[in-house]
Amino acid sequence: MPVPQKPGTVRSKQGSNTHSLLKAPAVKGAKVSSKKKDDEDGTETGDGDEWTQGKTLVKPPDQLDLTEEELKEEFTRILTASNPHAPQNIVRYSFKERCYKPVSSVDQLAVHFVLEGNLLHKDSDEARRQRARQGFAEEKTATETENVAENEDKPETPADGVEDAGDAEDGAGEERPDSVDVQVGKKEHKITNQFNFSERASQTFNNPQRDRSCQTEPPPRATFSDTVNQWVIYDAYVEELQKQEKSKEKQKTPKKEEDKGKKKKTVWVESQSDDITKVAKVAKIIERMVTQNTFDDIAQDFKYFEDASDEFRELEGTLLPLWKFHYDKAKHLSVTALCWNQKYKDLFAVGLGSYEFTKQGRGMLLFYSLKNSTYPEYIFHTNSGVMCLDIHKELSYLVVVGFYDGSVAVYNLKEDRPQPVYKSTAKSGKHTDPVWQVKWQNDDIDKNHNFFSVSSDGRVVSWTLVKNELLFTDIIKLSVEGAVSEGQEDMKIPDIAGGTSFDFHKEIDYLFLVGTEEGKIHKCSKSYSSQFLETYTAHSLSVDAVKWNHFHPKVFISCSSDWTVKIWDHTITSPMFTFDLNTAVSDVAWSPYSSTVFAAVTIDGKVHVFDLSINKYEAICQQAVVSKKTKLTHIEFNPVYPIIIVGDDRGYVTSLKLSPNLRTKPKEKKGQELPKGPEVEIAKLEKLLSLLRDTESPVQK
Amino acid sequence: MAETAESKKEEADYKRLHSFPLIRHTDMPEEMRLETMELCVTACEKFAANNESAARIIKESMDKKFGSSWHVVIGEGFGFEITHEVKNLLYMFFGGSLAVCVWKCS
Repeated sequence: MPVPQKPGTVRSKQGSNTHSLLKAPAVKGAKVSSKKKDDEDGTETGDGDEWTQGKTLVKPPDQLDLTEEELKEEFTRILTASNPHAPQNIVRYSFKERCYKPVSSVDQLAVHFVLEGNLLHKDSDEARRQRARQGFAEEKTATETENVAENEDKPETPADGVEDAGDAEDGAGEERPDSVDVQVGKKEHKITNQFNFSERASQTFNNPQRDRSCQTEPPPRATFSDTVNQWVIYDAYVEELQKQEKSKEKQKTPKKEEDKGKKKKTVWVESQSDDITKVAKVAKIIERMVTQNTFDDIAQDFKYFEDASDEFRELEGTLLPLWKFHYDKAKHLSVTALCWNQKYKDLFAVGLGSYEFTKQGRGMLLFYSLKNSTYPEYIFHTNSGVMCLDIHKELSYLVVVGFYDGSVAVYNLKEDRPQPVYKSTAKSGKHTDPVWQVKWQNDDIDKNHNFFSVSSDGRVVSWTLVKNELLFTDIIKLSVEGAVSEGQEDMKIPDIAGGTSFDFHKEIDYLFLVGTEEGKIHKCSKSYSSQFLETYTAHSLSVDAVKWNHFHPKVFISCSSDWTVKIWDHTITSPMFTFDLNTAVSDVAWSPYSSTVFAAVTIDGKVHVFDLSINKYEAICQQAVVSKKTKLTHIEFNPVYPIIIVGDDRGYVTSLKLSPNLRTKPKEKKGQELPKGPEVEIAKLEKLLSLLRDTESPVQK
Repeated sequence: MAETAESKKEEADYKRLHSFPLIRHTDMPEEMRLETMELCVTACEKFAANNESAARIIKESMDKKFGSSWHVVIGEGFGFEITHEVKNLLYMFFGGSLAVCVWKCS
């Protein structure tokens, strides 16, 4: 038997301390020894004593002989889990601590016997396979397998059994080549480990699914049916041809119509331009409405506001600023002339130019209406600066303008063109110096419109509008001699005196006054061109304005840059009143409603209003209406409304409302003079003058 | 003889006069109509003797140009009742003896 040869079995021998375990090896050892005995002395075995002896115990030779009592004696042994043979002092080198350390845990396991079995369950797959494999060789091996089985069943069978077992093992080994041959035919799949095999399956969670569907609306359809054959086609063509012929006939006639249409179109184009002007008119109205809305408070003031404080200030009045008129393109020009339209009381003309010799250039003529302060009604651009202008009293569309270059021109507002209808040229008696004032005259005997002009060249010229010509007549030549004829003939004084202003008498047609640069005022007649009726040594500087009183036929007023305003009786060579305003006076104007009221503007931006009937010495109103740096250049009273307009050297025109004190008498005094009229006004001024005359005459005497 | 000559002349006149395409019914937009009409004319002129080929070429080019599915009928006499997609029907006469009906219905 190969079993004892294995190391495990050896160990089991060593460690067998129990009786139960000892028995089997003892039996085997007996067998081996018996075998050896057979080998050594075959005689004994040949005897066959063993078979007869039967139940005699075989003992090892070194077995202790124990008595019955000793055998029956019981020894108690305790089996522990610790191996008594296991070493307890094993040390091992620890690299970590660099020293030998005792090993605490020692393996206590001792294996005494291992036997690997070679039995198969006959129903198992392996057995079946082997049977199948051995199918053809069964007859050969049948005995052997039986032997094997016998061997295992009876271990004490003699040596041939051992050999058989070896044969069986050999047989298995021998069989392998055979089995390989078998395997060639039969493919053997790998056997799964039936003990350590488990099948596992998993599945991810499936997303829920949802059905969704839609359908587009099918394109709209229609049915169509017809039947066609040759005669239908023929008819269709014939009909079509007839139609075409008809249309051709028609085309001939429309051509004529088209011509007419073209004419109409051209007419239409013409009328279109008219339409624009129509629209412009409407737009103008709209603009005025908008302006009126925007400046509603000013309009209310213009109409209704009365300064209540005047009640308590008997001798003073104020000016209320109303609209300001300004045109962007006239920014750098100064107002050189103002004139109200006598027919349309809300319309006034503004002449723009410059008084500066070095800043001469273009000029402008604007017409503003109180109804629209934002934009001029009419705009005329001129090449030379406008110096003066006058609107005809009856024919309010005729405007005469004097220019810095010496020419005069007449504009017609009715004719919508930017050029003047009449203009003087170098040929037709143009002035050689700036024209300082122009004035319309009453029509002459031939019903021709005519006007006068005065210039620094010393000429006073009458201009007559004849058809399309501007005829001139020199009325008078201003000479210094005429003025200072007495006693100064020796001196070489230039014999021309430059005129700066003039005014025509309201009643006496031929009489007029001329102010000069020398400060003289000449009373002249249109009839006498050679000499002056009178000369007043009025001012020490040039006379800026001279104006007859609106009511009193004898009285006129003059102002000058020599700071003074003077009131004259033309029959007396000395002034009746002299007012010093402490700065150069640019313009002065009589009021149209009272013989005793006048207003003056000065270059420090102030308006001075005087009422001689209230205060003979001082202004009843002195008010700065523009900033001090701005020079006021002109002033005009509106013919009917209680407002004045003042122009300055920045191109602005300011309208101001006169407070009640400035335009009427205080009630207490007025109570007696209820009746109104020119006579009253004349009387009023006459009363003042007579007082003066009375005082003056004694002085003169 | 004279009569026959006259009739011949008339016939010639007729053919000459009636050669232009005459649209009998259509609901196509202007541009499409013109294009289709021109296509029909060229096809019918090209295949004057073979209506089938003409119809095929018209159908195929219409399919290409305006998408499928177009149907074309060409003949000298026929009756029909069709369902078509609106704005996609042209029914015209051509050459004095041919009727062409083109429509789309998919």
